Amino acid sequence: MSGKIKTFWRLLRRLSGDDAYEQYLKHYARHHQADAELECHPPLSKADFFKQWQDEKWNGIKRCC
Amino acid sequence: MNKLLKNAIWILIAVLGASAVSGIALNRGENISALWFITAALCVYAIAYRFYAAWIAATVLVVDDSRATPAERLDNGRDFVPTNKWIVFGHHFAAIAGPGPLVGPTLAAQFGFLPGTLWILFGAVLGGCVQDMTTLFLSTRRDAKSLGQMTRDELGPLGGTAALIGTFAIMIILIAVLGLVVVNAMKHSPWATFTVSATIPIAMIVGVYMRYFRPGQVLEASALGVILLLLSVAGGRFIDDHETLRIVFDHEGLILAWCVMAYGFAAAILPVWLLLAPRDYLSTYMKLGTITLLAVAIIMLQPDVKMPAVTQFIDGTGPIFGGKLFPFVFITIACGAISGFHALIASGTTPKLLSNERDIRMIGYGGMILESFVAIMAMIAATVLDPGVFFAINSPAGVVGAEAIEAVAKISSWGYPVTVEQMQNLARQMGEATLFARTGGAPSLAVGMASIFGSAFGEGMLALWYHFAIMFEAIFILTTLDAGTRVGRFMLQDMLGNIWPKMGETSWTPSVILTSALVVSGWGYFLYIGVIDPNGGVNILWPLFGIANQMLAAIALCVATGILVKSGKLKYAWVTGLPLMWLVTITTTAAWQKIASEDIRIGFFAAANDLTDKLAAGVLPPAKAAIAPQLIFNLHLDAWLTLFFVSLLWLIVFDMLHVCVRYLSGKPVLPLTESPHMPSRLVEDWVRD
Repeated sequence: MSGKIKTFWRLLRRLSGDDAYEQYLKHYARHHQADAELECHPPLSKADFFKQWQDEKWNGIKRCC
Repeated sequence: MNKLLKNAIWILIAVLGASAVSGIALNRGENISALWFITAALCVYAIAYRFYAAWIAATVLVVDDSRATPAERLDNGRDFVPTNKWIVFGHHFAAIAGPGPLVGPTLAAQFGFLPGTLWILFGAVLGGCVQDMTTLFLSTRRDAKSLGQMTRDELGPLGGTAALIGTFAIMIILIAVLGLVVVNAMKHSPWATFTVSATIPIAMIVGVYMRYFRPGQVLEASALGVILLLLSVAGGRFIDDHETLRIVFDHEGLILAWCVMAYGFAAAILPVWLLLAPRDYLSTYMKLGTITLLAVAIIMLQPDVKMPAVTQFIDGTGPIFGGKLFPFVFITIACGAISGFHALIASGTTPKLLSNERDIRMIGYGGMILESFVAIMAMIAATVLDPGVFFAINSPAGVVGAEAIEAVAKISSWGYPVTVEQMQNLARQMGEATLFARTGGAPSLAVGMASIFGSAFGEGMLALWYHFAIMFEAIFILTTLDAGTRVGRFMLQDMLGNIWPKMGETSWTPSVILTSALVVSGWGYFLYIGVIDPNGGVNILWPLFGIANQMLAAIALCVATGILVKSGKLKYAWVTGLPLMWLVTITTTAAWQKIASEDIRIGFFAAANDLTDKLAAGVLPPAKAAIAPQLIFNLHLDAWLTLFFVSLLWLIVFDMLHVCVRYLSGKPVLPLTESPHMPSRLVEDWVRD
């Protein structure tokens, strides 16, 4: 039962974008190893990431009738 | 043995579905339980999904689960992100399901429950779902390109331009008609007006919370917002009871229309994080929550549908909108059966998240099935009302008369008895002064939902449920309104940028203000006319919206059919070709009738001429004579607009046929723009979700 609640919570967080920053950090760790080592493009802070993410999300047709 | 069992189960579902559908179709004169509708719908969906959708995915489109999707190939951790299929389904459904599937079926209920229900079921599984799934597939194979881009690449610049203009036009009409629905729900209702206005500061609080106070804490901020929204529903009762405060929120339609326009303009120029994004979170939760609640309540309560299967209004004399069953039921219910707007979401937005092609059936076809189910529930909520009450709420004053006694007598004379006391009682229960002539679908749907919720979860709170339902509809109508105005602004900036590059800069303030003002005055004009029109405006605007939306669907199906033929799959082209032919038929017939019909309730020119004659003869009452010139101008404009839509449609159809004929006769055509096959590597390490 608690496993199901956990899955639901994870789905809800993913769906709402609540964990978007964590996902971004994971992506960064996977794909930008070189950047991290050279310290030239450090990952964005949570606030900065969120700003960009939100603006990008609303660029284009996002809602229908 | 296992296979035998499976077959037996599917045969059982088929038999159950067939009996439920025929039970609904053959029922005459008796009340019928809403459970029949749910059963029929679920069986039809299950069979269509299991067999037709699976066949299209495997044989026509040939989805390939070993092929890397754009989300995998172009993964950037932001907009291109390979995502769990249930999450993509949630995003896709939240994006496609707006107020359309709630309003259309409610209006179409004037023909009785049967025509609308059948069209919602079969239109969806044979048309709408196919359109969404194919568009999603084609865009996924083309680096998540938009519909307009695909039209240009595959058919040519003519089709591409037509798609762009079509999208812009439908946006303007859509926003106007949705604005009108909200205005009609708030008209002289301090409670509703307060609750709807309160959603604006609440959205701003949520916006500031998740931008500055606790950046990125989306769920926390949304929970706060939902609590505030519910409080504002309850708080509306206090406003309504308060002697002076209620005057502040008690307004004529026209003033409310100006407020909606001012709001639309503000929303288009304010930064997204302040209003648009937080409002969207709130409306998404409200939408998903309320729809689930409605489904639970209908299944628990199994209310009886009281509307007859078919009413006398199939002859075209209906009070809510004029026009015969064919083609107008197919125009009135666009969203819920087939909606061209979905093609804009299914191309461009959703493919950027799709992690594997095999999920295309579930997300494209399945997402539309769920939207169709929402439309079925809206149909149930509208038809559980006494037909007399349904017509009293939805018939405009220009048709049944402005006085309650007049209206009640007229509606009762159609064979749908209703009394003034009954309507007064109902209005009092719902906490409203009157429910007469609230055309547009939102109030009657709210009454239907309130009575279903009230019976399922406690009668005592009918007024609260009613205003909750109004708030729920208004909040995502306003979301569509401000998101649409913003998109319209971007499109206009893009178009003007071709003439004067400076105008194309999306952050240059003069350009932002000018283009926002242009877009708002575009839909504001139609909203204004809709409000001053004594026949309610919905009867003009909704068919126009339906025609525009079906036109966009036809464009998407043209692209799909053209690509199928160009890929050498001529023998399967009927999968999208047949729905396309049907759409072209109904859109053209409806447009022709709207332009050429002699009936003043259908034909735009006929109505304009009639009004001109009456004005010249001096037989109009002074109030109507004052607005007559504006109404006449608008009727002419609507006629030309309809002609424009249908010409655009035929242009694209001929463009597509031209490409197909050239291909089939071996002449050169634009090459297919499918991205090359790259093997997916997500399959083996797909454990992180």
